[in-house]
Amino acid sequence: MVDKDAVGDAGLRLSEATAADFIALLKPRVMSLVVFTAFVGLVAAPAEPHPLVALVAVLAIAVGAGASGALNMWFDADIDGLMRRTRSRPIPAGRVQPGEALAFGLVLAGLSVMTLGVFVNWLSAALLAFTIFFYAVVYTMWLKRSTPQNIVIGGAAGALPPVIGWAAASGTVSVESLLLFLITFLWTPPHFWALALFKADEYGRAGIPMMPNVAGIPSTKRQIFAYAVIVAMAGVLPALLGYASAAYGLAAAALGLVFVRYAWKVLVMPESDRSMAPAKALFAYSLFYLFAIFTAYLADAIAARALSVAGA
Amino acid sequence: MIETIKPTEAELKARRSRSIAIGLALGAFVVIVYFVSMVRMAPGFFHGGS
Repeated sequence: MVDKDAVGDAGLRLSEATAADFIALLKPRVMSLVVFTAFVGLVAAPAEPHPLVALVAVLAIAVGAGASGALNMWFDADIDGLMRRTRSRPIPAGRVQPGEALAFGLVLAGLSVMTLGVFVNWLSAALLAFTIFFYAVVYTMWLKRSTPQNIVIGGAAGALPPVIGWAAASGTVSVESLLLFLITFLWTPPHFWALALFKADEYGRAGIPMMPNVAGIPSTKRQIFAYAVIVAMAGVLPALLGYASAAYGLAAAALGLVFVRYAWKVLVMPESDRSMAPAKALFAYSLFYLFAIFTAYLADAIAARALSVAGA
Repeated sequence: MIETIKPTEAELKARRSRSIAIGLALGAFVVIVYFVSMVRMAPGFFHGGS
């Protein structure tokens, strides 16, 4: 019990935020993709860290990604409340106070970077710190509300986890890890612009300058198609440059061709199509594409290692 | 007479949920730090990998 007269009524009530609300601040679905791509980078790297150290690396990267999500939700609470897709998030729904989310995000960011630095290595810790800064400050606070290239440039933050995983295992950043960065970086625009096509009215209401709202739907569809072609080509680069097998190359080529086919359907989608079914299909497929191409790369790396052990 | 504020049932339930989560997270962190320290202090760690 608290003396009401001594401290006043405002702010006296206990928070009604549950643990689930704080977990929601971490954006678990985004976090799962980050964990997976970081894991692929960590396993594919030419090093064999102790399994426990590898586990700590993945956990720290996951918590760092979650911290970025919490800081993003803290800053974006005003516009999240204006969009159907995001208005039930803990802050706009009133379950978590902005200050709580800010403190939560900052503490987790510091803890994840320090843990990675002390127990794994400082290169991966520095990369994680840069990723959190880039997502929370450069993307969320600056780019997101100021340019339709927001998710193009901001995509660098989402593309860094495989590089962090690679650095955690090997202590270096190599061409292979930068290729994984490139694939994810180029994948981001068609993925988010497909979403922006069928959520254009919501983004418009919130005043976020997404590509369809600024350049128009026809231009966005052309850019989606161009990026789909480029990401399909980037997907086979590891095989073309000799870092992955022909089997990986064939799988990447097939996945990329399907990506281009989905993007083509978006390109020829009639203006009158209000359901935007091709854009929704591309959005769903793009998630599968990223998961599948990283799985193929992981399987290829494990197979190459097994073959080299058998041949030794 | 001092007027006081009593937490509601919902507030108490939410606080209990947060307390359990914080307890589990801190406990897991301590266990991880302990075992990773053991691994890193093991002889040969800095020559054998990572």
